[in-house]
Amino acid sequence: MQQTNKLTPFFENLNFERSDNMMIINFGPQHPSAHGQLRLVLELDGEKVTKAYPDIGYLHRGIEKMAENMTYNEFLPTTDRLDYIASTANNYAYAHSVETLLGVDIPERAQVIRTMLLEVNRIISHLFFLATHALDVGAMSVFLYAFREREFGMDLMEDYCGARLTHSAVRIGGVPLDLPANWTNDLMKWCDTVEHELANTYEKLLNENRIWKMRLEDVGVISAEDAQSWGCSGVMLRGSGIKYDIRKEEPYELYSDLEFDIPISDRCDSYGRYRLYMQEIRESIKILRQLVPMYEKSTPQLMAHAPQYISAPKEEIMTQNYALMQHFVLVTQGMRPPVGEVYAPTESPKGELGFYIKSEGEPYAYRLKCRAPSFFHTGLLQEMLVGTYIADVVTIIGSTNIVFGEVDR
Amino acid sequence: MRKYTPKDNVQKKSYYTDRFYIAPRVPRSQVESGSHFADVVNALKKLAFESYVEFNQLIVHIKSTDNIKVLQILKEKCGYTVCSELSAVDYLASSGEFEIFYQMLNLSEAKRVRVLTRIKKDEAIESIVPLHKMANFAEREMYDMFGIVANNHPYLKRILMPEDWVGHPLLKTYPLQGDEAASWYEVDKIFGKEYRDIIGAENRDPAKIDRYDTKRFSRVGHEVPFGADISSGEKEKDIEYSKTFLVDYTSSQKQLDKRK
Amino acid sequence: MAQHQVNYASSAGLPIALTTVDKLVNWGRSNSLWPLTYGLACCAIEMMASGASRFDFDRFGTIFRASPRQADVMILAGTLSKKHAEFTRRLYDQMAEPKWVISMGSCANTGGMFNTYATVQGVDRIVPVDIYLPGCAPRPETLQYALMMLQKKIRRESANMKKNTKQNLRLI
Repeated sequence: MQQTNKLTPFFENLNFERSDNMMIINFGPQHPSAHGQLRLVLELDGEKVTKAYPDIGYLHRGIEKMAENMTYNEFLPTTDRLDYIASTANNYAYAHSVETLLGVDIPERAQVIRTMLLEVNRIISHLFFLATHALDVGAMSVFLYAFREREFGMDLMEDYCGARLTHSAVRIGGVPLDLPANWTNDLMKWCDTVEHELANTYEKLLNENRIWKMRLEDVGVISAEDAQSWGCSGVMLRGSGIKYDIRKEEPYELYSDLEFDIPISDRCDSYGRYRLYMQEIRESIKILRQLVPMYEKSTPQLMAHAPQYISAPKEEIMTQNYALMQHFVLVTQGMRPPVGEVYAPTESPKGELGFYIKSEGEPYAYRLKCRAPSFFHTGLLQEMLVGTYIADVVTIIGSTNIVFGEVDR
Repeated sequence: MRKYTPKDNVQKKSYYTDRFYIAPRVPRSQVESGSHFADVVNALKKLAFESYVEFNQLIVHIKSTDNIKVLQILKEKCGYTVCSELSAVDYLASSGEFEIFYQMLNLSEAKRVRVLTRIKKDEAIESIVPLHKMANFAEREMYDMFGIVANNHPYLKRILMPEDWVGHPLLKTYPLQGDEAASWYEVDKIFGKEYRDIIGAENRDPAKIDRYDTKRFSRVGHEVPFGADISSGEKEKDIEYSKTFLVDYTSSQKQLDKRK
Repeated sequence: MAQHQVNYASSAGLPIALTTVDKLVNWGRSNSLWPLTYGLACCAIEMMASGASRFDFDRFGTIFRASPRQADVMILAGTLSKKHAEFTRRLYDQMAEPKWVISMGSCANTGGMFNTYATVQGVDRIVPVDIYLPGCAPRPETLQYALMMLQKKIRRESANMKKNTKQNLRLI
């Protein structure tokens, strides 16, 4: 019983019948291994891809336009929906840009908590990458195992901020809450579990797995020059042998005080990138272990003191007249940052995430541009897919680790 | 009298601004001689007509026709091999220009340079795809969002919006909630214009509650049959909060709608 | 199901259970609801989580299918953009009757926080929706509860789908 609508014929309106041996395949936008709403139009010669055309925009929600119509604090929860696998990384990138623009100093405890949340999110995101990438390639059990540990990580986030997916756990000027009691113990336990499972489950299942290696080795090769030219960042860049991690090279928060390594690989293929993701989980666990003693030493101040831009703590608002007036103005009108522009890059789990903010001294940003790593990794697909086999397409899409909330914004 | 709203910038404005408020500027410093940025400025010579440092990033203003030359010098002589972002800012309302920025990154020195240039409304800019392939998508996005044409781009088409979209969404003249064409886009495409009346206009007011609307969400505790006309009043009944969520829909006594 | 249980002692020991065709068909339909993997945005991650180890959707007989031809339920999980709307309608058309739609999350219900030019303000403008699921993003438990509600709804429908008036009359 078809309904009346104009979408006839009910098949794709592409011309499949051709006189030569070429074939056109439409992949997506609804495809389980398209990682969201990627549409790829592939031209095939036999099983070989001769042309690839990524069509994006199926999740365009106008987030940059929303930023021009929202005050700075109002916009923060919207950033959750960019890279929804690691929401705190987006919150932080946005808050970091605004804080750079305002020039406020963040108290130490807030910095420790933020760094902890960022690293927890990085592990969650990498586990998600492992789960979906393995599922695409055909290793279903890895998906179930990786989601098990990921759920425990999401429990940690839920204990802290109450949300599983869209955290908004970072505010401009600090963090809203202190860690709950016993949270660091749970965190350490989770770190032990992840480390144990990493070595004994995931890597044992996959590292030397013949099928896994055949599907990933020498697939999705990208040279160092191409990686730079296509604006790759994060693991895509480090997987091509370029040692560049923003946490190390342009340190923000506490990363300059922490000891961790930047794993690199010069294999340039999907397998090398998979190994890098696994190594990065280990480094994140190392960072988290260093952060717990730092948390215990820090003084319990959570929000920066900048009455012009940031509301005072709740007790002060309730007890002091001036703090209440400031809070009223900041809530009803919004903060007015200085005139100018800022671009502050951060290392999100996917790569370089930065917000370019142009401020005209108004409560609304004049222009906000989100530099999303996945957007450029998607652009790379049109070159990386050419010359590969159709079966490798899902492997390559999986190993670029793209998230469509971020690509289309 | 009707409130005046400017037509060249329909974005949200602050409802109150202190007359005597002067917004401060972000700290800006000159390029220190002998630093890495000084070498960059020297390499660019007269191509850069203004350069300064903000937040540890060098900002260079150039002419729009020089963009290829400047980026080539930055790439080949100064090691800025990665263009991490490019986009535009709409200044049509104030000066009739677009500002285009290129955010460059030097991987070995870990330094960033922002190259700024301005073009007039109907001017085009030269594409930087031969230098940085990332511009393939970024310039398409710029074209889609602002209508800025990049000359010699290999495939300049809309990227985020559909091909038959009307208008360029990030212009200041484009309202946040879309124009007439945008609001009926999906209805026109799927069912045709004649279905506009049947489907009805979009509800753009998130706070709108229509108590006589019995076709959308159920009102917990006040359920009525689907599509019933209750404008003349409905039967009073007590709200059973604890039971409403546990109500057994299969039992015949508690039938909540008459469809069966 | 077995409402009219036969007393074996008095019916010559025959293993017979009597029921109506409606109940039998709906028992089958409601216990093997196969949803289409239609993840659109953030809610898709929660949809995946409900299919994964902790929440284990398979208990409900719910196995995600990648093809609309094999699916009974379309779980619209996430923001539906205007560019995507025609594909949603096309996939809905491709699904075989009987079919149901769950609108998961605020964005699918009303457009949610994305009150912008690019977002469809509620998927019920495109396809008839059976269950609206609030939350941004709804937890996996919410999706499980919605599925149980849908099962209840199916059980009280007629097996002959032509007799059922779909909720959203204007699109039928």
